[in-house]
Amino acid sequence: MSGVLHDVLTAVLVLAGAAMCLAAGIGLIRFPDVLSRLHAATKPQIFGLMAVTADVAINNLSVGTVTLVVAIVVFQALTAPMAAHLVGRAAYETEHLRPDLLLVDELRGRHAAR
Amino acid sequence: MTTRRERFEAVGNQVPPLIALIVLWMLLWGEFSWLNLLVGFLVGLVVTVVFYLVPVQLSGRVHPLHTVVFLVRLIADIVRASVEVAWLAVKPRLVTSNAILEIRLRTRSDLILTWTAVATSIVPGSIVVDIDRESSILYLHVLNMRSAGEIESFRREVQNTERRIVRGFGSREDVEQMREVLPANRRVRRSQGKGTS
Repeated sequence: MSGVLHDVLTAVLVLAGAAMCLAAGIGLIRFPDVLSRLHAATKPQIFGLMAVTADVAINNLSVGTVTLVVAIVVFQALTAPMAAHLVGRAAYETEHLRPDLLLVDELRGRHAAR
Repeated sequence: MTTRRERFEAVGNQVPPLIALIVLWMLLWGEFSWLNLLVGFLVGLVVTVVFYLVPVQLSGRVHPLHTVVFLVRLIADIVRASVEVAWLAVKPRLVTSNAILEIRLRTRSDLILTWTAVATSIVPGSIVVDIDRESSILYLHVLNMRSAGEIESFRREVQNTERRIVRGFGSREDVEQMREVLPANRRVRRSQGKGTS
């Protein structure tokens, strides 16, 4: 019984991770401008990474793997937003965005005033 | 001209990152031994001295239960929003409608501001485009915002994240401040501030 449960858990985690990476790739192509592509490039992939690393930890359960998995996830979670922020900010400053896709832009006024 | 007390504080401020580096070293090696502790301490010391960081004002308060609430909620948000963004990417007939929102936070602490920025931006669907540090304003690019109602609920969501972070490990002043300003009268205060300026 626990063998079946283990297999199901493994399959679900790996497939969830793969699906997230696939969606990130599709989003990268389909989304229309830099800022929305950034969402696709950085975000679903964190969940994908969490799922895959959790699966590795479950299959090789030891202190070493668990600590390494924690370190990987924490650092990915800390660095991905930074990279997204820098690219996003650069894209905004150089006006690589499509204002027609924005419902509101509350930063526009601030930039004009500066 | 630094007094002895100031120098003492400057050294004290470097201690939390040093401890974090030692823990990281042990995490990477995957075992907690005395040798690892010693080598981690030496490496951490070199890194702290060579790559000097501006000291961060830590709050000096941690509430374990509220911190756990924050982390669990964060992971739940990441999972939920990942699925949403993934679905948005693959669904037929893609109509994008995004927004760049100005979100005023109540805190004045750099630590809480940073944590809120990181926490909101690892949840899929929002990217921090700019930060106004002096007045604690985050400018977020948010995916898939269709109506004013959705925008308002997103704003509240970010402010609730801030509240959870402050409850978890904000300073005492931040917690006091958070108590005074309830989410409901946020908008009133905000519009008043806009009117006078």
